[in-house]
Amino acid sequence: MKKLAVFKLASCDGCQLTLLDCEDELLSVAANVEIAYFLEASSARGEGPYDLSLVEGSITTPEDLERIRRIRRLSRHLVTIGACATAGGVQALRNLADVGEFASIVYARPGYIQTLDRSTPVSAHVSVDFELRGCPIDRRQLLEVIAALLAGRRPVVPTHSVCIECKARGNPCVLIAHGTPCLGPVTQAGCGALCPAFNRGCFGCFGPMQSPNAAALNARLRAAGMDDEELARVYRTFNVTSFGGSCDA
Amino acid sequence: MTHKTIRVGALTRVEGEGALLVRARDGRLTDLQLRIYEPPRFFEALLRGRAFTEPPDITARVCGICPVAYQMSACQALESACGVTVGGALRDLRLLLYYGEWIESHALHIYLLHAPDFLGYPSGVAMAADHRRLVERGLALKKAGNELVAAVGGRAIHPVNVKVGGFHRLPSRAELAPVAERLLQALGDALATVEWVSGFGFPDVEHDYRFLALRHPTEYAILSGDVAVSDGTTFPVADWPRHVVEEQVPHSTALHARLDGRTGYLTGPLARYALNAPLLSPLALRAAADAGLGRVCRNPFRSIVVRAVEIVHACEEALAVIDRYVPPARPAVPVAARPGVGHGASEAPRGTLYHRYRIDDGGKIAAADIVPPTAQNQARIEADLRALVAPRLDRPAAELAGLCERAIRNHDPCISCSAHFLDLRIDHG
Repeated sequence: MKKLAVFKLASCDGCQLTLLDCEDELLSVAANVEIAYFLEASSARGEGPYDLSLVEGSITTPEDLERIRRIRRLSRHLVTIGACATAGGVQALRNLADVGEFASIVYARPGYIQTLDRSTPVSAHVSVDFELRGCPIDRRQLLEVIAALLAGRRPVVPTHSVCIECKARGNPCVLIAHGTPCLGPVTQAGCGALCPAFNRGCFGCFGPMQSPNAAALNARLRAAGMDDEELARVYRTFNVTSFGGSCDA
Repeated sequence: MTHKTIRVGALTRVEGEGALLVRARDGRLTDLQLRIYEPPRFFEALLRGRAFTEPPDITARVCGICPVAYQMSACQALESACGVTVGGALRDLRLLLYYGEWIESHALHIYLLHAPDFLGYPSGVAMAADHRRLVERGLALKKAGNELVAAVGGRAIHPVNVKVGGFHRLPSRAELAPVAERLLQALGDALATVEWVSGFGFPDVEHDYRFLALRHPTEYAILSGDVAVSDGTTFPVADWPRHVVEEQVPHSTALHARLDGRTGYLTGPLARYALNAPLLSPLALRAAADAGLGRVCRNPFRSIVVRAVEIVHACEEALAVIDRYVPPARPAVPVAARPGVGHGASEAPRGTLYHRYRIDDGGKIAAADIVPPTAQNQARIEADLRALVAPRLDRPAAELAGLCERAIRNHDPCISCSAHFLDLRIDHG
């Protein structure tokens, strides 16, 4: 039986929890693949190598930098799951600031803290076979990635924008109909156009779509009343390393 | 002279990353550290300069297991800073969302993380090989909680529908009807869960806990209330900084909390039950009595029973909320930014979660403080472990390590909640 491993770096646990949230599928997944290493779910620690490693979280410490290299060596396929692992996560806001100052805000004695200046995606350090987007990832996409890679085919995960999903769902366009700022036109699909369905603009938690036209959207957002500072904030939240520059487009 | 060292390199079946180090010399315990090495993410620092409307979405990312707790504590802190109260049906919807989180989080802990200890399996999935029906019942319960969170919040992890002042969009009664049907089923499963877990074999251990939980005049507090301590102290949430002080210890990225000058108090299900049990729903009260819980439970191994009772309560109360729900006129109370400080606290599945924000003249966050339940419990968990280990130092190291891991799981630590955690050298074993 093929072996699956789940690893966690700097993150909230939500993306690996998504696997346990597959309530209807979890036992059949476990019947078809050996969940060899998954500390959150099991105290059994199966030795590598692993056929598929899912990695949650970004690289923020020297130890995790070493760990991800070890994980890569042990893994036939390495898939990053979620915005932290694929784009540094919300903790990458430190990249735009002084991490020493950040530490001094939280800790009385920041000298104990051993942390890197930047929060970086896994792909900045090792080769990654597939990046699954989202903050958090989508359950159905996760199952597709596991099934595909274990079967030896490429996962079918769309790279088009949230707008396509919005139309498919029959949502009215919140930007056009209500003037609500929305990153849907430049954000990769995967959530099922969730935010527009709840009357709010997309805030980009799946990161940029393939070839986004941020300049066109930004002109529209400015016309809707967003200033440069708001524009910077909206792009610089959960996918800082991939979306962070789009405010200047 | 004999030395003994027990190491648990990476704790398993807990949320987040921690390790345990125990040292003994000549049969005496010399050192015990619950090491939290979850990398620091600096939420309190990165929130500065963000719009006052953003902390609910941003702080949800502290914890994928209890994002609703973060959203609720954040919203209430910001609303209090702006002089706004959210009541009526909007408050009811918040309760409903929060009950969903309690159901999913407690079901996850009971069935997939904690019960395997009592039945002797490495995981819930391994347990399913022999107890498939039981695990399926647990997964169905968890799913009912997740569906409730998704129905109100949009998705189970990091819900998108919450905002300062209320919600972006109101669910209709028709949308909640299928959720109610599933909750009815869940209520039966929850009662069966109480019966099941109350029959486990529990080590004969009791600790003289100092409990802390929110207390509400008419509710088994989850969303709001004053802060109550088992020594009789009660204070409003706004007085939190005068009573609870966090301090840094070298072996942990979590700050330890001191309450009125003393460390080692406990928050979470045992504390809520001790301080608020009479306010449990009727079925939950009866289930607790049938399970033989007594008025106060001081055996941490039996916290699994209290969690099961709280699922019964959450299902029954959620059904009552859905029953009386009439969509209000608007999805949110308008909230205008006002410079000042606001405090908010709510009962995350693992215990009291406190947020404080200072809003500046421009409607931006000037300062933030988050005190997660696991940081509060860390010193008390270490005390539990010392009491367990000290009289058993003659036992084999592997047996003691296993017992310690179980004792840690009793408190369902959510190490990812360590908004402010630093890093230490660790052996990832």
